[in-house]
Amino acid sequence: MIDEKIVRGHGLAPEEYALIAELIGREPNLTELGIFSVMWSEHCGYKSSRFFLRQLPTKGKNVVQGPGENAGIIDIGGGLVIVFKIESHNHPSYIEPYQGAATGVGGILRDIFTMGARPIAVLDSLRFGPLDSPANKAVMEGVVSGISGYGNAIGIPTVGGEIYFHDCYSMNPLVNVFALGLARKDRIFYAKTGGGGHLVLYAGAKTGRDGIHGATMASAEFGKETEHKRPNVQVGDPFKEKLLLEACLEVMDKGLIIGIQDMGAAGLTCATSEMAAKSGTGIEIDLDLVPQRESGMTPYEIMLSESQERMLMVAEEDKVRAVQDIFAKWDLDAVVIGRVTGGGRLKVKNEGEVVVDVPVDAVVNLCPVYEREVRPPAPAAAFSPPSPLPPPPGDCGRALLELLASPTIADKEWVFRQYDHMIQLNTVVRPGADASVLRVKGTKKALAMTLDGNSLYARLEPRAGGKIAVAEACRNLACVGAKAIGATNCLNFGNPEKPEVMWQFKEVIEGMAEACRAFGIPITGGNVSFYNDTEGSSIYPTPVLGIVGLIRDIGRTVTPEFKGDGDIIVLLGENPGELEGSEYLRYRFGREEGPAPGIDLRAERNLQALCLKAIARGLLRSAHDISEGGLAVCLAESSFMSRGWIGCRVTLEEDARTDALLFGEAQSRVIVTVRQRRLKPLLDLAARMKIRAARIGTTGGDEIVIDHKGRRAVRLPVRKAHKSWKQAIPDIFSVKKQEANVE
Amino acid sequence: MSIRTGRPGIAEREDVHPDHFERKGMKFGVVRFPGSNCDQDAFHVLRNVLGRKTVWLWHKDHALKDVDCVMLPGGFSYGDYLRPGAIARFSPLMQEVREFARSGGFVIGICNGFQILLELGLVPGAMLRNRKLKFLCGFVHVRVENDETAFTCKARKGQILRMPVAHFDGNYFAPAESYPRIRARQAVFRYCDEKGRLTEAANVNGSMGSIAGIINETGNVLGMMPHPERASETLLGSGDGRVIFESVIQSVESKPAVRARRPSRPAETGPPTGRRT
Repeated sequence: MIDEKIVRGHGLAPEEYALIAELIGREPNLTELGIFSVMWSEHCGYKSSRFFLRQLPTKGKNVVQGPGENAGIIDIGGGLVIVFKIESHNHPSYIEPYQGAATGVGGILRDIFTMGARPIAVLDSLRFGPLDSPANKAVMEGVVSGISGYGNAIGIPTVGGEIYFHDCYSMNPLVNVFALGLARKDRIFYAKTGGGGHLVLYAGAKTGRDGIHGATMASAEFGKETEHKRPNVQVGDPFKEKLLLEACLEVMDKGLIIGIQDMGAAGLTCATSEMAAKSGTGIEIDLDLVPQRESGMTPYEIMLSESQERMLMVAEEDKVRAVQDIFAKWDLDAVVIGRVTGGGRLKVKNEGEVVVDVPVDAVVNLCPVYEREVRPPAPAAAFSPPSPLPPPPGDCGRALLELLASPTIADKEWVFRQYDHMIQLNTVVRPGADASVLRVKGTKKALAMTLDGNSLYARLEPRAGGKIAVAEACRNLACVGAKAIGATNCLNFGNPEKPEVMWQFKEVIEGMAEACRAFGIPITGGNVSFYNDTEGSSIYPTPVLGIVGLIRDIGRTVTPEFKGDGDIIVLLGENPGELEGSEYLRYRFGREEGPAPGIDLRAERNLQALCLKAIARGLLRSAHDISEGGLAVCLAESSFMSRGWIGCRVTLEEDARTDALLFGEAQSRVIVTVRQRRLKPLLDLAARMKIRAARIGTTGGDEIVIDHKGRRAVRLPVRKAHKSWKQAIPDIFSVKKQEANVE
Repeated sequence: MSIRTGRPGIAEREDVHPDHFERKGMKFGVVRFPGSNCDQDAFHVLRNVLGRKTVWLWHKDHALKDVDCVMLPGGFSYGDYLRPGAIARFSPLMQEVREFARSGGFVIGICNGFQILLELGLVPGAMLRNRKLKFLCGFVHVRVENDETAFTCKARKGQILRMPVAHFDGNYFAPAESYPRIRARQAVFRYCDEKGRLTEAANVNGSMGSIAGIINETGNVLGMMPHPERASETLLGSGDGRVIFESVIQSVESKPAVRARRPSRPAETGPPTGRRT
């Protein structure tokens, strides 16, 4: 009954099918084929990426749990751990933006609280096509509403993130969601079964037909028939998840369960087989006992459903009652659907008949790993032959005004004010700064977190793109006084069967691994999203790094905005004036030319160490890293975020094109401000740490004034520049341009 | 100080710090509905920041545990899929809350709590979706319109408070016949700009008369959309909201207690007073 067409329809290669038959010793039936197909999909099985991912550093002295579990865990001292991870929900968010994004949030939150942690923060990294297209606007509006709708209702603050716009995402937006939770070190839970005889409990929402083959869908390219895939997208219910969150944390707090796993991608199949595989046991479930939303569902559908807000738990028989009581208190059912067995087999019964009987190990661990062919693109495509750069603009002030209105650079308040970013009373530094900062109640500590990834750099030079993503995230943390302690990555790429894409992947991973080693940061988990191709064209390679930092004393944190008139502005780091890979070249001239900005990891590490030391000693009034848009945009942002829009006067003396100094994106640069009397200590410290520190100006006035070698380059009233930056995105979405008086 | 900052990070529980360090003063009760999500925040502020006894009140119970003030926190009670607060009003505990309010007990509803008070009919009016049809989170300013209530007696009339809002349905509406009276006698807070002007732009959600918070006619029930519990620690950006809780504390602690299950107090006429002038 299973023919080649069915096998192909399940996204499996003929050799893979042959391997399955060999592993189970017979031809699989359709349900079994479905089980293998989702577990061996790229999304669950990491079959193309695993080979390269092994290079990433995953160890460190504070790492409690590295990759391989629902999320990574890092010890922050005082009996507390943080549990965090990033995941993509790209494909569903294109098909159905609202639900795709909403369930992306729901899914990652379950990964966190499954481990016994209460989620305290969500950040998201979004990529859309240009907003002059109504379709892209609709996708963005849907995604933002979906994140807002889910996150706000469940009550986890969305405290930050990033958004970029580029043509390559028009048919393939990216939605990467990061979540972080806090747990007691002695109350961490894993997906395990403990041993034979324990009971398997199903809790949460009923199983429906939604999301069947979501994982397989996320492992294939999109063509014109994408519309038909809408039923593959799940529908989220944040209220149900809130109840599930409270009930799960309560049973875990009371120590009533042995193991727990959420039913996310590949649903019941993944949860049952992974729990058993991790403990080396078998598992037996009866589908007649599984709560179902609709009648007539086949075993295939029940096993593969990706209905949201469901959990699978294992408990000792005498604790089941107590578990059920707690779930009942939260108006949820927790029903026994099976038992842990000794045999190492996944057995599924339906109407008294065994419909699945396969070795757990084969399903979970024996997915083939491919070392896919890697081929660098033809040189012409990698680096365009050096063509003369466009001449510098006559009026750099005008150019700055335009750049501030580029959606990638413009103010994102329109987005984050739709997110509840203050709930839970921890948000000390709100979205918009270099990194978001959350206090840890009951301690002096705080956590800083940021997401970073510039896909243009990764496109121009994948290895540098990987390095810069790590470097920039760590620099953002250093700017608020936080030392990076752990990272998670979301790797968004095209079709891995294309050797050029695989080459990009390999290069990015190698760059990332090198940077993580240089900074001593472990990667404790993450997610790979391949097949970000629509109608044959791939997105730019988009590595997104989520890095968490620790601030030992919340009293010693610094924010990016100017604090008052008359402070001295100091530029830390070299200022070579590179225009390559800049948003300025791309936005103003439509030119995407390589190489990516240069990055020297040793200099970067010293720069970050300098920032941390200066902040710990209380020298700095503000610190802001120079990134997209360069130095001029960095200064402007520090001005816009300040109380009363404090201006600045800056003089640059470097020998370089004025526009390259103003808008170039050379790495490893931070702009800080200090009081006059702190200037000398800062310059001395920088000299000792071998970092160039140049006094470039002072804060004050109501204009942004930048001179270069005695010539006035920019003179703009802050008010005017602010309007350009602030209104760009609201104007795109608003029919009636009105400005509300919300900060 | 550390004992006052609560349990490290995870959750607020009554049983973690037995009440041995907070002996005197009033007792707050924070109601938990399924879907409440500012419940822990309110609990944290009342207990750890203001140092008052605070207990959880479970929506399925019928016990008010002798509290002096009932807090209905923000959130999405029952998911708010129908209409904010529309289901929560049928919770078993709401019978007791209604009686408690009728007998003069203090009740504060914040955000979703305000929406529930409206559905319960304990304060007049209704909520529409925000003018711009988007969820809105950020700091706003409100002006104290009446400093003679139990909830504002430590503030002064015209004082400007900076507090966050976070809601989708905070566009206050009252029928034309009752609106003038509500505005004149029951409005406690109105959205304003940082200088205290009632501008169109400052009225972030489009509320009628820029109303951000109102009391009932007898002055013992307060509903407000902004979140004073999010503005109770300066580390988080503002300490302006504390004055509201401190006012209630003064109103209760400087007066013979109006405890739960006490015989009802005659309804007052005229503007309700919390401050003795």
